[in-house]
Amino acid sequence: MSINSLDAKRMSMHMRRKRVNAIALTLSLGAMAFGLFWLIWILFETFRLGLGGLSLALFTEMTPPPMAETGGLANAIFGSLTMVALATFLGTPIGIMAGVYLAEYGQRTWLGSATRFINDILLSAPSIVIGLFIYALVVARFKAFSGYAGVLALALIVIPVVIRTTETMLSLIPNAMREAAYALGTPKWKVISNITLKSARAGVVTGILLALARIAGETAPLLFTALSNQFWSMDLSRPMASLPVTIFKFAMSPYENWQQLAWAGVFLITMGVLALNIAARVMFRNKH
Amino acid sequence: MDAHVNSPAIVAPKVSVRDLNFYYGSFHALKHINLDIPEKKVTAFIGPSGCGKSTLLRCFNRMYALYPEQRAEGQIMLDGENILQSKLDVSLIRAKVGMVFQKPTPFPMSIYDNIAFGVKLFETLPRVEMDERVEWALKKAALWTEVKDKLNQSGASLSGGQQQRLCIARGIAIKPEVLLLDEPCSALDPISTGKIEEPIHELKSDYTVLIVTHNMQQAARCSDFTAYMYLGDLIEFGPTSDLFMKPKKKDTEDYITGRFG
Repeated sequence: MSINSLDAKRMSMHMRRKRVNAIALTLSLGAMAFGLFWLIWILFETFRLGLGGLSLALFTEMTPPPMAETGGLANAIFGSLTMVALATFLGTPIGIMAGVYLAEYGQRTWLGSATRFINDILLSAPSIVIGLFIYALVVARFKAFSGYAGVLALALIVIPVVIRTTETMLSLIPNAMREAAYALGTPKWKVISNITLKSARAGVVTGILLALARIAGETAPLLFTALSNQFWSMDLSRPMASLPVTIFKFAMSPYENWQQLAWAGVFLITMGVLALNIAARVMFRNKH
Repeated sequence: MDAHVNSPAIVAPKVSVRDLNFYYGSFHALKHINLDIPEKKVTAFIGPSGCGKSTLLRCFNRMYALYPEQRAEGQIMLDGENILQSKLDVSLIRAKVGMVFQKPTPFPMSIYDNIAFGVKLFETLPRVEMDERVEWALKKAALWTEVKDKLNQSGASLSGGQQQRLCIARGIAIKPEVLLLDEPCSALDPISTGKIEEPIHELKSDYTVLIVTHNMQQAARCSDFTAYMYLGDLIEFGPTSDLFMKPKKKDTEDYITGRFG
């Protein structure tokens, strides 16, 4: 083969690669633009309709009756914060401990595989199923909707997310790190608590924040558990208001003041979740 | 195999290996190893990749015990006790037999705490004494002058060579009697390697040092005794100068002259 024909072949291959590259790049840019378009639209609408309802009364006054002049979301905000915080406090330690078990103890045991499999199912279970489960287990048995039932339902959503991220983050820690710790005569529990879990803490915290962001916007598991409450209530054994359920109720209503509050609630949740996601990302970036 | 023991007669052994066999599952990785390792000397293990030298090293602190499919049979006598059989807690063996690995592994904590972590496992020292111990260990590992003003910084902020010396300091801070070095310089450049080799010379006045290396010059430079291994067998063991200048076995000669391996 002459030099010239080899050159020509290289050139044609090169041009082909460039064409394929251009097509693939266009397609992926298009896909990104499509996703971004909706995201930006949602954010824009949230800002446009939500900002108008933003006022001090939102945080100080209770959810109003239809067509009232004043009113806010204080009871719903308090209910959401309380239930989300309690669910996170309840679900996080269980999730971290189970994740530690999967990554450090039960990696190759049948119990580990079974736990991992069941956790994957739980992770992808529709949240309404979890809501119904708690309804049957708690609400129906005690014949009362309650904040506690809401907390349990939300915790059940937190647990699998935290288990998964904890296990993944721990298995990213190189074995050399564990061996180095064992080589000093460190007992296993101390290797885990002081070395591996500490090395993975940014990832584990990210997982917790993502779980928190997820439950902050969940409506379905609260519908049959915490129900809602028109009034200020700090009693978790009684029905409790929450932002997502209030939004659901108010947005579907024909009353203008309710719709306005629903948008304000959407704005609050969106901003809260956005802030949590950004916090999680910043934390992760600092580590790596 | 006969009861022949590879033992340089002149020194007292710190560690004696008798008929050691090692298995990864069904793979027979070490075959009837017999070896006496002299006290307060540097013993190097050389041989081509996969010959079992790291495997042998990981027997001395029972590191293999972390993995259920790995097992060792035979005896490794350390101060008259068989550490393979011993009911002695594996943590206590590892307190006596320290180890530094191929890749530097600073713990996710400050330089100071990297050293103090291991010490705290076995001793409760007042702050002043802990400070002294940390300084002592860092000086032994020839790292003190480089880090003395930033002890509170993360161990991960150091360079690769410094991290490896930090790991050596961490290992000696708990005052072991034997120090295992598993290719401690393979991830480092020649200058960092030189800075690791320096303390090794010093360390042998207090410790029995075992070093696995791919680098024959390093074995020649650092060690008093050298063992040549091939395919799970200990081929030849003797004073480093003898092994390199007048090897007894043809295999050893071929390997060190670069005709093979």
